[in-house]
Amino acid sequence: MRVTLFVPCFIDSLYPNVGMAMVHVLERLGHTVEFPENQTCCGQPPFNSGYWDEARAVASKQIAVFKDAEIILSGSGSCGAMFKVFYPELFHGQPMEAEAKAIAAKTWEFSEFLVNKLGVTDLGARFEGRATFHDGCHGLRELGTKLAPRELLKHVKGLELIEMGEAETCCGFGGTFAVKYPQISTAMAEVKCNSIQETKADYVISNDSSCLMQIGGWLNRNVGSVKCLHLAEVLASR
Amino acid sequence: MTALADPPSHQFQVDANRTSSDTPRRAAVRRALSNYQTARDRTGATFTDWKSARAAAATIKHEAVNHLDQYLEEFEKKFTARGGKVFWASDSKQARDYILNLAEAKGVRSIVKSKAMTGEEIHLNQALLAKGYGVVESDLGEYIQQLKGEAPYHFVFPCMHLRRDEISDLFEKELGTAKTDSPEELTMIARRVLRRAYIEADMGISGGNFIVAETGMISITENEGNARLTVGLPKIHVALIGIEKVVPRLGDLALFLPMLATAGTGQHLTGYNSMYGGPRQPGEIDGPDEFHVVFLDNHRTRLLADPEQRDALHCIRCGACLNVCPIFKNIGGHTYGTTYQGPIGSVITPHFRGLEDWKHLSGASSLCGACTETCPVGIDIHHHLLHNRRNAAAQKPAAGEQFLWKAFAFLMKRPALYKFATKFAPLGSLLHPLIERTMVDPVRSWTDTREFPQAPLHSFRAQFKAHQRAKTSATSNGGAQ
Repeated sequence: MRVTLFVPCFIDSLYPNVGMAMVHVLERLGHTVEFPENQTCCGQPPFNSGYWDEARAVASKQIAVFKDAEIILSGSGSCGAMFKVFYPELFHGQPMEAEAKAIAAKTWEFSEFLVNKLGVTDLGARFEGRATFHDGCHGLRELGTKLAPRELLKHVKGLELIEMGEAETCCGFGGTFAVKYPQISTAMAEVKCNSIQETKADYVISNDSSCLMQIGGWLNRNVGSVKCLHLAEVLASR
Repeated sequence: MTALADPPSHQFQVDANRTSSDTPRRAAVRRALSNYQTARDRTGATFTDWKSARAAAATIKHEAVNHLDQYLEEFEKKFTARGGKVFWASDSKQARDYILNLAEAKGVRSIVKSKAMTGEEIHLNQALLAKGYGVVESDLGEYIQQLKGEAPYHFVFPCMHLRRDEISDLFEKELGTAKTDSPEELTMIARRVLRRAYIEADMGISGGNFIVAETGMISITENEGNARLTVGLPKIHVALIGIEKVVPRLGDLALFLPMLATAGTGQHLTGYNSMYGGPRQPGEIDGPDEFHVVFLDNHRTRLLADPEQRDALHCIRCGACLNVCPIFKNIGGHTYGTTYQGPIGSVITPHFRGLEDWKHLSGASSLCGACTETCPVGIDIHHHLLHNRRNAAAQKPAAGEQFLWKAFAFLMKRPALYKFATKFAPLGSLLHPLIERTMVDPVRSWTDTREFPQAPLHSFRAQFKAHQRAKTSATSNGGAQ
């Protein structure tokens, strides 16, 4: 299958290993991975801030870039939700509505794609450690992703997965919210990270790097011992 | 020169600073709400199918809200036929004036109230007290908040933020009672005061949980029996109810009463569920001589006129969205500065009190969607926060922010420029420690409390390109051998 990656701006610049891990996993399964060079941002920051004209200007570029893709794969539930759920709303009643809906229809979140499109749960991965999983809100509630990442992690040899009490509680990132209301955002991160620590996990795994930037940001400042990993990084390890 | 009043958005930031760092209070509120969540999940599981129940509730409320004119008039006809009076109040002033005039005309001196958020909404107590009437709140939580001189913290659990010892201290200070750690004793202290208030009152004021069009009755749900006494004992009763509370049929309550109890408190059914159809009828032994229903619009019709957010009028004020909201759990109810706190309050307050002044509440959300997921009547709460943000930006764009997003769009529309800009990320990362957490740190509101990740030397696009090159050369080398 020809898989076209949408790599969010923060993965491109800050967490390139996550993108490369996705490439490795997909290539090992025999798929062709493409990365259109002209992609930039999904447009979620201005969209969430209420500036929909500016969001549309950015989004319409991505729609053009991914027009011919067979499968669009996102390593972030949040950006995936932007393509899949919010593009149709953003372009509702606009000239590009049909194109936006077409993009939405072929967009997949990474773990959902592996489990529910390809039917793969065991990637032959090996990763030694005790870990807990964080559900990113957009993946969980906009896309309905809950079981797929756990299915995949269950088959990782050496990995012990312990559910935390606040797995489904927001980490407090929320895009610009994290800097517009840093006090609330940080308090939310603290609640999340306390729950992570209660599991005595060495790793916190998620299918969204934006959440991990927030969780890691708090842990590195306050704890230092728990490491953040994207699901793809765990699945790519041998 | 008069000083400008503190704008709500500033008050919110200041209060959020204080409350989000109050670790013990946050922990206590979280503990209480986690107990609620356990109870709610247990009770919800006893529904044959909670999902279908939600869908049915949403359908009924949709029907009611989209035929408000028809159902409210049906109520009025049936209710007035039994001697009840209905007053239609367009705004809070009309509602207040009607109640004040009624109290004056009837020579009322003291008033007992059962819990009514509509009363908070129109600042009824303040208006009554200013005219010299004695007003006592009879719901225990509301009574405590009244003694404390504070607005309710949560529209279902008014004093959930207070510890037992704080309530005991308050009673000692205001009522002169001895300190106690026993919840039963604290309740008995309040009960002694409140029993007297019911007997002395000439007027009772309540809210209403449901308006039943079919039978011309209002339904009140409560756990303490205080609403029954408030309606039953004084000679005059006034129920102040938002127009959106209507349901078409009596049979609808078979769904809504257990649903409100489950979502609101985790109970199967609230302790007391009463129906009131008007003043005492000939042959009846109790009930008021006069029963007035004040229908409150107060900009609800503004929300009704917005097809996108009209479903916010489905709200049955169960408070479930507050109970699961990570923002509410960390900043508490008072920080919102509104009558209706939490996610639903952030959606409806801009409609009730103006978008420009209250848009910040829609911004103060991570849009996690826990509210929408839990809402028993299927209101698309967190997406409406997005809609409020969009409407606010369209109505009056903030100059600096609009420039920022225009610049952002300019960059993101130009892949070459974007690629060029991202090349500086590693350099930025290298230099950032020099200014980190200083005045000139552009991401200081992040770095004050959290580490910012280091940008590696090679971006994904650079690594992917190298990877593709390596693959191509491997294939061509392989071919040559």
